[in-house]
Amino acid sequence: MRILFIIFFLLVTSLNLQASSEHAEEEGAVDAFGLIMGHISDSHQWHVIDYTNRHGHPVHISMPLPVILWHDNQLWFYSSDSFFHAEHPVKIGNDHLVLEDGHFYLTDHEGTIIRDGQGSITNPSPLDFSITKNVASMILSMLLLLLIFLSAAKAYARYGMPPPKGFRAILEPLILFVRDDIARSQIDEDKADKFVPFLLTLFFFIWINNLIGIVPFFPGGSNLSGNISFTATLAVFAFLAINIFASKDYWKHIFIAPGMPFPIKILLVPLEFVGIFIKPFALMIRLFANITAGHIIILSLISIIFILKSIYIAPVSVLLSLVMFMLELLVAVLQAYIFTLLTALFIGMSTSKTEH
Amino acid sequence: MELLTPSPGLIFWTSLTFIILLLVLRKFAWPSILRALKVREETISFALEDAQRAKEEVEMMEQKRRKIIGEARKEKDAILKEARQLKSEILEEAKEAAGKESQRLLEKANQQIEKQKHDALAEMRETIGRLSLEIAEKILKEELSQDDKHKKVINTYLREMNLN
Repeated sequence: MRILFIIFFLLVTSLNLQASSEHAEEEGAVDAFGLIMGHISDSHQWHVIDYTNRHGHPVHISMPLPVILWHDNQLWFYSSDSFFHAEHPVKIGNDHLVLEDGHFYLTDHEGTIIRDGQGSITNPSPLDFSITKNVASMILSMLLLLLIFLSAAKAYARYGMPPPKGFRAILEPLILFVRDDIARSQIDEDKADKFVPFLLTLFFFIWINNLIGIVPFFPGGSNLSGNISFTATLAVFAFLAINIFASKDYWKHIFIAPGMPFPIKILLVPLEFVGIFIKPFALMIRLFANITAGHIIILSLISIIFILKSIYIAPVSVLLSLVMFMLELLVAVLQAYIFTLLTALFIGMSTSKTEH
Repeated sequence: MELLTPSPGLIFWTSLTFIILLLVLRKFAWPSILRALKVREETISFALEDAQRAKEEVEMMEQKRRKIIGEARKEKDAILKEARQLKSEILEEAKEAAGKESQRLLEKANQQIEKQKHDALAEMRETIGRLSLEIAEKILKEELSQDDKHKKVINTYLREMNLN
């Protein structure tokens, strides 16, 4: 049944891609790079489906998203609809606004975009706090998590004693896994339970966003957990959790390196100090790279069909992407696990009193 | 690279979302879930402990029962043995008593026989003496004159005979 679903997902994705490729064919060649980058980067609208109607007109269905900008010490609200296919730049105070390559730029009243030698746009940008596709899917994930766990909590408060049924039967092993095999196995016994809520939230937040990212059509398909801003923010939270509750011994170990001869101390202390930042940095890069790479591989496999312009390669591509989807499902939970486990490990190292 | 450039908007929204999730779930979801799990775990472990204890108790009672049965059997054996001993003792005693009684009766009978025999002999001796005297008197009356001397001689002879 699940395989049928995945095949269905694949068909839908390939339909979308076909629509894009038709568009590309008018230009001559398939722009696989642009297509993939478009799929894995953030966007100001949530693309639903493109098709050509019976009159031969292309139809683009997408969900407009709110645009929130900070300019001239003031917040500005728009609908992203007013920027797509707009003939005139939109007024923002005394300036004008144009959406180009997924970013907002301030322009003159004609909407002139100034590019430098490398083709980068040199116009100034307002601060962008828009609800983009990624933010929208994150809010969706938040609502899902709240729905799941608040109802689970209610159910637990009422029927906590008998063995879990239905949805809780799936959640419970995961919750117990995070509590016992991540928190309690890495962090000192007396401190572990304090970090369990944080680790549980982290684990489920990353996992559900990974899963939403795998779903290839609306309301999935955002590459949130493969976005560096997202992973960086979570890494910052991990950094705070590691260092705020750190024990005295941890800091002593980093800045004094007890028991080492002086010349080694000179080498070791800067290394340890940099290590404080490298640990969350590695967390950030690992999650970002794994999720993005998975998306790129699946999109590339599908793009092969349109690059080679052959229907005969399609079964191979579909089969390979099927395998990749399976792998992605594994990676989704695995990366959430690794992120949480390493955070717990670092917390355990920083809060423990005996090890250093 | 576009991909590696963090965007402040997304960072802001991610932080906000994560903080909201963390606060709401920590306040309303995790405590009751974790508490329920803990309570269930403790209940199960208590129940297991209780079952273990009950099992041990049953085993102990079984042992006690077996011990009591063993003791009772031993006691029974001892009582039986004692009874058997008592029986043989009583038999022995009775036999002994009976033996003694018969011995006594026999002796008594013997004594009586002896006494009667003695009495009979004495009577016989007297009768024989008297008869001898009468006979001698008759003889001497006819033949002898000095009967005193003859009586004396006859008595001497009779004593010497003593009729044993």
